[in-house]
Amino acid sequence: MKNVFATRWGIIAVGAVIGAGAAMLQYLGNPGNMGICVACFERDIAGAVGFHRAAVVQYMRPEIIGFVLGSLAAALAFKEFRPRGGSAPIVRFFLGVFAMIGALVFLGCPWRAMLRLAGGDGNAILGLIGLVAGVWIGTRFLKKGYSLGRTQKLAPAAGWVLPAVFAALFVLMLIYPRAEGVEKTGILFYSVKGPGAMYAPLAVSVIAGLVIGFIAQRSRFCTMGAFRDLILFKQVHLFSGVVALVISAGLVNLILGQFQPGFAGQPVAHTQHVWNAMGMVLAGLAFALAGGCPGRQLFLSGEGDGDAAIFVLGMIVGAAVSHNFGLASSPAGVGPHGIAAVVIGLAVCLVIGFTMKQPQTGGAR
Amino acid sequence: MSQTVDARGLSCPQPVLMALDAIKRSQEAEMEVFVDTEASRENVSRAVESQGWKVESIATEGETFRLEIRKAAK
Repeated sequence: MKNVFATRWGIIAVGAVIGAGAAMLQYLGNPGNMGICVACFERDIAGAVGFHRAAVVQYMRPEIIGFVLGSLAAALAFKEFRPRGGSAPIVRFFLGVFAMIGALVFLGCPWRAMLRLAGGDGNAILGLIGLVAGVWIGTRFLKKGYSLGRTQKLAPAAGWVLPAVFAALFVLMLIYPRAEGVEKTGILFYSVKGPGAMYAPLAVSVIAGLVIGFIAQRSRFCTMGAFRDLILFKQVHLFSGVVALVISAGLVNLILGQFQPGFAGQPVAHTQHVWNAMGMVLAGLAFALAGGCPGRQLFLSGEGDGDAAIFVLGMIVGAAVSHNFGLASSPAGVGPHGIAAVVIGLAVCLVIGFTMKQPQTGGAR
Repeated sequence: MSQTVDARGLSCPQPVLMALDAIKRSQEAEMEVFVDTEASRENVSRAVESQGWKVESIATEGETFRLEIRKAAK
């Protein structure tokens, strides 16, 4: 059966839907230039369950839950649910940790970097330059035979773990809903001010997440792969998807009056150019070494990829580390230990890049 | 068909890198590529076609896809 989403026009349509959807989510309540941000939203989830206690970024983001469950639905519907894992999980975990640390120095994952650009935030240009540089370093390692090794086929239960965890988090959110001005309902933390207190209506967020999860699974949409394939193979397939995302988000932002060009005073952003770029060098390298942007890792988790699930958990732990240890930036600038963390993260990723190889067995079957 | 590329269990872009590398180095005008995810199947097909090769057939053997690829006649 032909997969229409995997065609050139398919990936462009998916990018356009994500871009327009993200701009709409912002219009309906999500934070500025953050209609969707996988890193930020996973960070908010880490806050909602109390892994960190940064009061302004605590919310059980339904979009992320929808991403995983929408992808799961697509994978089941099209018989692509393949429980698998065992490709250097501990390495993937720490790639997730450092990807998050880097993203939170910039204040956004690649998805948000594109959306910030589409909202007129000039600082996003530095982040995107850093992202491309990080992915470029990753492609050098790939060319030299970098590999995290082969996955194994696993029993179905293994593939259901992360979708089940996110489904359970959603149930918790229904049992302990947000109440205006209340910092904690039952066991879940909520922000009463700041980005964590800005959110689109629950039903809208869930449906947007499910739809994007479904079409992204079908199309293999990936914001890191977009640049990787362009650098490595001069292939524009995935890249055309992210271009469509930026254009459609930009157009919808213009229509809704959300396009505000400039560098200073941008929502949830700082203007320390070097560290905007360096944070994304780290994140881009970590994503490239792990084989997918944070969104793609969620979609892969939905199709049963246990290694991607480990990366997702690494990112959530990374968010907790970032906020507990003062690594994350704020609109005032980088955190007290953010720069040290980026340097350490880059060193760790370089060691992983140089050392992780597996003997290639191309010939006999 | 002597040349085979076994990219099962590997995630992108490695199957594509392996297939393109084999195409570049091989004297053969045809080979087999084994992958085990739909994404890899699509990516390898897309990549070899951009190099002037054709995907002759795709066979599903259990969890494995076997792609027969052939250099297109000039």
